[in-house]
Amino acid sequence: MTETRLDILTLFAGVVLLMIALTLFGEYMRQRAPTSAPRPVVETYLTRVNSWWGMVTLLAFAALAGQFWITLLFAFASFAALREFLTYASKRQADHLSLALAFFAFLPLQYLFVALGWIQMFTVFIPVYAFLLLPIVSALRGDPDKFLARVAGTQWGLMICVFCLSHVPALLTLPMPTGSDRAILMIVFLVMVVQLGDLIEYFAGRQLGEHKLAPSLSPKTAEGVVVAAIGVFVIGALLAWITPFSALGAAIMALMAWGAGWLGNLVFAAIKRDRGVKDWSHLIPGQGGFLEQLDSVIFAAPLFFHVSLLVLE
Amino acid sequence: MVDVTSLSRGLAARITGHALTFVARFITAARADWKGIEPVARQRIYYANHVSNADMPMIWSVLPAHLRRQTRPVAAADYWLKTPLRAFAGRDVFRAVLIHRNPEDRAEDEDPLETILEAIDAGDSLIIFPEGGRNMSDAPLLPFKSGIYNIGHARPDVDLVPTWIANLNEIMPKGEIIPLPLICTVTFGAPLHVASGEAKDDFLDRAADALVALAPEEARAEAPQEAPQ
Repeated sequence: MTETRLDILTLFAGVVLLMIALTLFGEYMRQRAPTSAPRPVVETYLTRVNSWWGMVTLLAFAALAGQFWITLLFAFASFAALREFLTYASKRQADHLSLALAFFAFLPLQYLFVALGWIQMFTVFIPVYAFLLLPIVSALRGDPDKFLARVAGTQWGLMICVFCLSHVPALLTLPMPTGSDRAILMIVFLVMVVQLGDLIEYFAGRQLGEHKLAPSLSPKTAEGVVVAAIGVFVIGALLAWITPFSALGAAIMALMAWGAGWLGNLVFAAIKRDRGVKDWSHLIPGQGGFLEQLDSVIFAAPLFFHVSLLVLE
Repeated sequence: MVDVTSLSRGLAARITGHALTFVARFITAARADWKGIEPVARQRIYYANHVSNADMPMIWSVLPAHLRRQTRPVAAADYWLKTPLRAFAGRDVFRAVLIHRNPEDRAEDEDPLETILEAIDAGDSLIIFPEGGRNMSDAPLLPFKSGIYNIGHARPDVDLVPTWIANLNEIMPKGEIIPLPLICTVTFGAPLHVASGEAKDDFLDRAADALVALAPEEARAEAPQEAPQ
């Protein structure tokens, strides 16, 4: 067994312990509740924990299986996210071909470039070529009604759900000073700090939250953010051993990634308010859709990728 | 003596049914939203808006398996008996109640309403499309034909459940070849019954209103997203 795999297993074991604690906590709350009155908060929490079990296991297996499988996993996540996003975007029949191209051509090609390590192509493919081609395809079919809103919506969906998210598996191409197979741990690091930060923010916000930061958008509070920021900083430092960074460096990277993700969360809350949707879909029990789960990682990934590249080069 | 042909045909029908359900769930992430009723085994007539040939398979796939087994779509015989493959799908997979739309095709003593009522009396739930054909217009619904009233009048105890299918006309608009993998939601509303003495047109209006009320706001306000051909 390689050292990287051993590290992934160690981390997986740690996360499993945390998950067991979260599950036992939920079961304890369920026991305490009188059986006659159902407790929706506890039940929702336990459904969420069950979904987390699924996600943790899937990510761990993909990380252990290697680079190809983790790229494939994120390609499917992109597909599911794009599906949720475009379901609520404005579109007309004239956009049918450009939307089909987004799903069946641009998405697979973007991940193919990631898998092949063609970083030059990967960075311009969607922001430049898809950006120019898709409105042409829509325009050729006529129908100028709401044209700009339609093509902008499609491009935004591709940028967010495919381009930004593909920066997660693109971390595999980073020039790692400690050996190229260590790159997979950068993905684990990014996902862990962002998700754990969101988890702390959620709990701290519920327990201590008083001052809402964006009352018209989301229930997030200043107290939750401060507690989560401290938590993420500490977690980043504790996880420094899986990264090529120093303890302080890893802590700053974690804080930066989580901060970007947190802001991304706000952006998605604004879009959901605008489109009048509560959840993007119901595909992940207790959580809503894939976009609910991925929104913070989507915003964190490009920044984390480019800063890492800058530091490591 | 076991009838091997019908046995293998039944097995093929079941496998096809499962494959169809899987594809519908994978491509469109089709899901049911049980707003007005619970998904329990109770005889019902689901009446739905009709924009695409995929409507019926879509409702059929989002039903839980135990409800699907006792639910039969009412469908046009001229469409479903055209080719052997369609006949297999219509008769064996969906177990459709096939009726002839064109009176000239009907046998002498054949009455479509009787055929439908027989299926109801046999205990089956039904899927019907009261607009009578696919809606190609910009309006959310075409005016209902009287069939739904006649059924509800003849069997006033059976629940008439409004069933709205959202997004299917965007997944596969008329004339397109590639289906888009968007999310399709099938919303089931609260059941209706024909009140004693209720006039036909009053009931048809009431049924149509109950169905449109389930549509997402955009579909109600704007025209459906179909470009003029």
